[in-house]
Amino acid sequence: MLIIKNLHAEVEGKQILKGINLTVGAGEVHAIMGPNGSGKSSLASVLAGKENYEVTEGEVIFQGKNLLEMSPEVRAREGVFLAFQYPIEIPGVSNINFLKTALAEIRTHKGLPPLDAKEFLRLSKEKQKLVEFDAKLVNRSLNEGFSGGEKKRNEIFQLAMLEPALSILDETDSGLDIDALRIVSKGVNKLRSANNAFIIITHYQRLLEYIVPDFVHVLYNGRIVKSGTKELALELEEKGYDWLKEEAHENAPTI
Amino acid sequence: MANDNEIIDNIANKEYEFGFVTDIEMDVAPAGLNEETIRYISAKKNEPDWLLDWRLKGLQAFGRQKLPEWQNFALPTIDFQKISYYAAPKSKKKYDSLDQVDPELLATFEKLGIPLSEQKTLAGVAVDVVFDSVSVTTTYKEKLRELGIIFCSFGEAVREHPELVRKYVGSVVPYSDNIFAALNAAAFSDGSFVYIPKGVRCPMELSTYFRINTENTGQFERTLIIADEGSYVSYLEGCTAPMRDENQLHAAVVELIALENAEIKYSTVQNWYPGDKDGKGGIYNFVTKRGICKGANAKISWTQVETGSAITWKYPSVILQGDNSTGEFYSVAVTRNKQIADTGTKMHHIGRNTRSRIISKGISAGQGQNSYRGLVQIGPKADEARNFTQCDSLLIGDRCGAHTFPYIESKNNTATVEHEATTSKIGEDQIFYLNQRGIDSEKAVALIINGYAREVLNQLPMEFAVEAQKLLSITLEGSVG
Ligand SMILES: Nc1ncnc2c1ncn2[C@@H]1O[C@H](COP(=O)(O)OP(=O)(O)OP(=O)(O)O)[C@@H](O)[C@H]1O
Ligand SMILES: [Mg+2]
Repeated sequence: MLIIKNLHAEVEGKQILKGINLTVGAGEVHAIMGPNGSGKSSLASVLAGKENYEVTEGEVIFQGKNLLEMSPEVRAREGVFLAFQYPIEIPGVSNINFLKTALAEIRTHKGLPPLDAKEFLRLSKEKQKLVEFDAKLVNRSLNEGFSGGEKKRNEIFQLAMLEPALSILDETDSGLDIDALRIVSKGVNKLRSANNAFIIITHYQRLLEYIVPDFVHVLYNGRIVKSGTKELALELEEKGYDWLKEEAHENAPTI
Repeated sequence: MANDNEIIDNIANKEYEFGFVTDIEMDVAPAGLNEETIRYISAKKNEPDWLLDWRLKGLQAFGRQKLPEWQNFALPTIDFQKISYYAAPKSKKKYDSLDQVDPELLATFEKLGIPLSEQKTLAGVAVDVVFDSVSVTTTYKEKLRELGIIFCSFGEAVREHPELVRKYVGSVVPYSDNIFAALNAAAFSDGSFVYIPKGVRCPMELSTYFRINTENTGQFERTLIIADEGSYVSYLEGCTAPMRDENQLHAAVVELIALENAEIKYSTVQNWYPGDKDGKGGIYNFVTKRGICKGANAKISWTQVETGSAITWKYPSVILQGDNSTGEFYSVAVTRNKQIADTGTKMHHIGRNTRSRIISKGISAGQGQNSYRGLVQIGPKADEARNFTQCDSLLIGDRCGAHTFPYIESKNNTATVEHEATTSKIGEDQIFYLNQRGIDSEKAVALIINGYAREVLNQLPMEFAVEAQKLLSITLEGSVG
């Protein structure tokens, strides 16, 4: 589904991603961990097409197409969804109207007619239930005045509504209370299928107990320095990152 | 390297859709403003002496008045002697039905999307159309007449209902009010007149459509709306003009009179030609609009969506004379490219327990400059008067400006005056967030803008709210790269 080859990217002239290689197959869940500032959100942003990141080398193939050539909205319509680490507030734009517009755009892209009001409402109700999203938040302005946890849950509600092929969850667990974490994980597990894939960025092993990943990668200093299975997450929980940092420095290519 | 503003930096100039010129034979007065011109206009219109006298007083006042200096922009030089003060389609005959209207004219309004043809008027909006200086047609007149409602051109009102016109014209905006009001009093061409009798609720929206067509003419229409005791009317004005390199002056006057328990809702969707992206051409929209709540429990509500004009300069105001009367002002003003808007309102609280509400939403893009200027005045007798003002500015890009000038003058310490103001920017982050959900940047901006302006758009009659929403989106198209 997604093939990232030797991806280099910079922001403000500063090299952030320094040769990422990652292949995600349909039906897979990949976790990405790594210390603060290592480039996890940057990787997500580059995949989503954030303007201020410049790709200087490498390629990204998404479902057989060159992802880097697409505008952010086309990537989204093709099925890339980013649950933001810090969801943005948009005053005055109602959550549900926004979703209606988004879904219509995505469906048009796929050659499907927009849902009529009734079908849309039914879908919205169904997905609210799936991710146990508070109905009161559905009609409020998009993320405006939402609590940290409410914003994160709204991301998952949107994910459920838009049914993307590839979902990237950037620290969706941070800021969720224990119950919410369980609910969100349950929702994600229900959304998992053989046709979609998830990249889950997290600092905590706990989330990975709920959403069990097929692979765990450690990103450090713009590179994936270690990959493994879910046991790697446990090891990290125990040992921290220092041992990997040292290893990474030893193995760093000389420039 | 992408810099922070790249996304919101690329200001394109979306072509103005209504910029065409209609080729139609016109009667145009020679340029220049003097007694002779005024007499010419008055004679053309077969006016009674009292109105000619009033015009001449206006002319004298105009001579005495100076151009204001307090506005937040450089007032361009206007050569009042170069303007022609009267232009009318040549067939001066009064139209009894649409069939008699020049097909060229009808085609023009067709292009503008104005519902004139029979089937379109079924939409339930009575329309009066002012083309250059003359009212061309008023639809639905018969149906309104059955209810005793008068809705006609100003000129016709002078002929058919002189007592009403004479009693109220200049009673809210006197000819000496300001230089542009004086100019209008002297040279006003036509306009609309509405009278709603006691206790009648006008069953449809009344609407006037203004169009400046001829070159080097100004448009100086006058609107007078009288809502008698316990009546209600909702009135909408729309306007466009061809694209021309020269600036054209629009100096209209609107007077609203709401008697006891009456309510007037006045909405404007202003889309005069704004000039090109370098600020060449465009309409100077210098308009005096004022209403008076004369009796107790009267209500006047101004709603304006201002997207056009090179310069928009106006303060639709309410004099709250009757006890318990209410004044409202809802405004969205958009400036982009080099457009300027200096607009707001004045609420004069005179009666007891009067209230006013001001919601102003400025949107600036490109190098547009947007000023809100508002006065809330509480008189000594206005016990328990209340005002609430919300004044928001939205910036798109970083070369535009937003300014607010709220003035409060209170002579009564039982009054409550609240003022809230915010300034926000459409952030790259917001646009990216929406992009990431499949929405392109144009649509993203439209969503954000319409969300931002919703409180004001909601005040418009339904069918116009949709149009205004589209207009906002079109106006700002290309403002975000
Ligand atoms: N616009 C920017 N200008 C300069 N530096 C930036 C910019 N955006 C990100 N960076 C830098 O890029 C590096 C990687 O940031 P990123 O947000 O990808 O880290 P992260 O792995 O997601 O960290 P965290 O776990 O704290 O979320 C950091 O050093 C950050 O300061
Ligand atoms: Mg991060």
